[in-house]
Amino acid sequence: MLNRIGQALKGAALLDFAGAFGLGMKYMIAPKKTVQYPHERNPQSPRFRGEHALRRYPNGEERCIACKLCEAVCPAQAITIEAEPREDGSRRTTRYDIDMVKCIYCGLCQEACPVDAIVEGPNIEFAVETREELYYDKERLLDNGDRWEREIAKNLELDAPYR
Amino acid sequence: MPIAKVDGVEVEFEAGMNVLQVCELAGKEIPRFCYHERLSIAGNCRMCLVEVKPGPPKPQASCALPAAEGQEIFTDTPMVKKARHGVMEFLLINHPLDCPICDQGGECDLQDQAMGYGRDDSRYALNKRAVEEKHMGPLIKTVMTRCIQCTRCVRFITEVAGVPDIGLISRGEDVEITTYLDKAVASELSANVIDLCPVGALTSKPYAFNARPWELKKTESVDVMDALGSAIRVDARGPAVLRVLPRINEAVNEEWISDKTRYAVDGLGRQRLDRPYVRENGKLKPATWAEALDVVAARIKATSPDRIGVIAGDLQDAESMKAALDLFGGLGVKSLDCRQDGMVLGDGQRESWLFNSSIQGIEDADFVLLVGSNPRLEAPVLNARLRKRWLAGALQVGVIGPQADLTYSYTHLGDGASALAGLAKSKSDFVTGLKAAKKPAIIVGAGALTRADSAAVLAAAAGVAKTFGMTWNVLHTAASRVGGLDLGFVPGEGGKTAGELVAKGGADLLVLLGADEIDLKQTDAFVVYLGTHGDAGAHRADVILPGAAYTEKNGLYVNTEGRVQMGFRAVFPKGEAREDWAILRALSERVGAKLPYDSLDELRGKLFAEHPSFGRIGYVAETPAAVDFAALGRKGDLSDTPLWSAVANFYLTNPIARASVTMAECAQTASGAAKIAAE
Repeated sequence: MLNRIGQALKGAALLDFAGAFGLGMKYMIAPKKTVQYPHERNPQSPRFRGEHALRRYPNGEERCIACKLCEAVCPAQAITIEAEPREDGSRRTTRYDIDMVKCIYCGLCQEACPVDAIVEGPNIEFAVETREELYYDKERLLDNGDRWEREIAKNLELDAPYR
Repeated sequence: MPIAKVDGVEVEFEAGMNVLQVCELAGKEIPRFCYHERLSIAGNCRMCLVEVKPGPPKPQASCALPAAEGQEIFTDTPMVKKARHGVMEFLLINHPLDCPICDQGGECDLQDQAMGYGRDDSRYALNKRAVEEKHMGPLIKTVMTRCIQCTRCVRFITEVAGVPDIGLISRGEDVEITTYLDKAVASELSANVIDLCPVGALTSKPYAFNARPWELKKTESVDVMDALGSAIRVDARGPAVLRVLPRINEAVNEEWISDKTRYAVDGLGRQRLDRPYVRENGKLKPATWAEALDVVAARIKATSPDRIGVIAGDLQDAESMKAALDLFGGLGVKSLDCRQDGMVLGDGQRESWLFNSSIQGIEDADFVLLVGSNPRLEAPVLNARLRKRWLAGALQVGVIGPQADLTYSYTHLGDGASALAGLAKSKSDFVTGLKAAKKPAIIVGAGALTRADSAAVLAAAAGVAKTFGMTWNVLHTAASRVGGLDLGFVPGEGGKTAGELVAKGGADLLVLLGADEIDLKQTDAFVVYLGTHGDAGAHRADVILPGAAYTEKNGLYVNTEGRVQMGFRAVFPKGEAREDWAILRALSERVGAKLPYDSLDELRGKLFAEHPSFGRIGYVAETPAAVDFAALGRKGDLSDTPLWSAVANFYLTNPIARASVTMAECAQTASGAAKIAAE
């Protein structure tokens, strides 16, 4: 009985309205969380797993040695590799394809890679209009590597102490 | 039988076994690198250490220690574990950590055993040793820094292959496996060292960096490159056969295969007939199956059966020959022949064209007479068996025919068949020995049976075999031959032989089932070629029907000892090609003589019913029937013309091998070596 009287008094005093109004006012003046993408961006972890890239050594030699561990570990079977001896006798890929439609961005390929050749870089902006454009070949991946090398190298360095 | 205790469990073993084998009997896995069942014991890797009581209180190499009654063997004590860790650490000190670029990765003994028995880290921080690569020919790729000096390759090449081409030189840290003068290994079995190498020091050159073992689809099958029918495993990825490895079959190939068996498979991707062709105005034009089959059917209908000839090639499976036999035999064709080399065997008793000693049984022989045969070229794996028998001691070998390096010593009795005639009356040491022999065997090569005077040679050889009580063995060179002869794929009453068929005016319609080893220059017939490669037969053909190669169909093959073996499909036929029996079945419908089977199983059912010998898959007769020597051949004059081996160039004996780049390289290397030897 007492409870009911208390509720009625609360309602009559419009306490709920006042509280809600107060909350609205607080958020009106508080700093905004909304990010105005693409003009603004959220911070990204160095471990972020975005678009794939094949890296090169500083002297321009491609890192990938066609060991096929990434192909073997890939749970989505998105990677296809073919290899043969290059003219100088070294082991290189003749084909390195990633089907980005199949890929689940789990990062196992970069974990498996013994030479840090295949990495998932920070890029997330690779939306395309057709499916075919998401079938990446070696040229495209190496190109990605060249384009993103600075960021990738920095991320690897930042993450190195935790490995 | 003596009894030993392995980890507290009593095990009965045969006297003469070593401790390692006894542990295997007990189901305990002993890691090893240098020990191999078929090679002599070296005991130099030290990986197989175990603790043995009674004995000195230290770990002992189990491969080199004879097991004895009452021994107590321990395989998982702290002492053994520590010893294995130590040995593995020493082995890895100089072994590079290049597994990701090593072709052995994924099927490497060192990799597996380092996981199983090694430490998890290395304490060695100094420079590793590096060794120069060696040249071992077009098949074997070397990365000698990876070598752990187990000497399996050296022992294989000297003991089994019988050529002194690989050796170990220097001592201590400078020790190296080498071919001495950087020359190719001159053996037909050389590539087996690749399988034997427990690390990635010797890997396959043609297969270099091609694939990883885990991406390959493995199919167990039979080889058709020679008439032994070695057990093989075909490794394929997608539509391509990438490599062939041996399987263990004690009765046939133990665990070796010849280089041709292993490496001719790259020919399966080249020069292939992948669609039907019909010759129009002198040029072969691509056609559809319907068009091609219609052309052939019309020709068959328009030609009188006695003007039609069918010749089966050397790589045919029994089913396709059976289908051809049913189809053309049903039409009344008498001229069918599976002996494109003109071999004189084929009528009468089955035993007359078999290798009756059996391949394994030749190890019991104490006297072998080779007539017109060079087993090293015709069947290298059989030659390795003969060598094994020769090494075991008390084997005398006589040769009538070509003198060649057979890897064992022999008495040369003459070049020509005329030497056969004098043998019975001869008083030489050899013949005296032969008379005293308990289990003598005669091996007649295809080279002796494909000459103009072969009937007389055959009769003379049979006479010698009868006089000395020898087991009758025919060493064929064609994988399809015994199957064909068992089926009766030989000319019937009034039929013509292969040689007569391809002569000018011999036939009006010639159907070739993959027959490429026959001279087609003279024939003026309409030629239908059913086969796999653009080789001799296809060049002369008027209609080409693309068939399936041996890795592309399920098929039965009968080896030279009469063992029926089943091959399995590893990949699908190329392009529009179909399995051979299915093509003949389709053709039969158009000819209007429909064959009574719609599936391979039905075909096999009929085959087994009509030829019961095909039903006993994998077996040979324990005691073959006695050969009726009197019925063999025809008495006649023996010429002095030297007998020759049926195989002139080991690497290029069939259309698949001729299309293979690797085989071409091998042939070139071999001829180069021959030239150097001649100088």
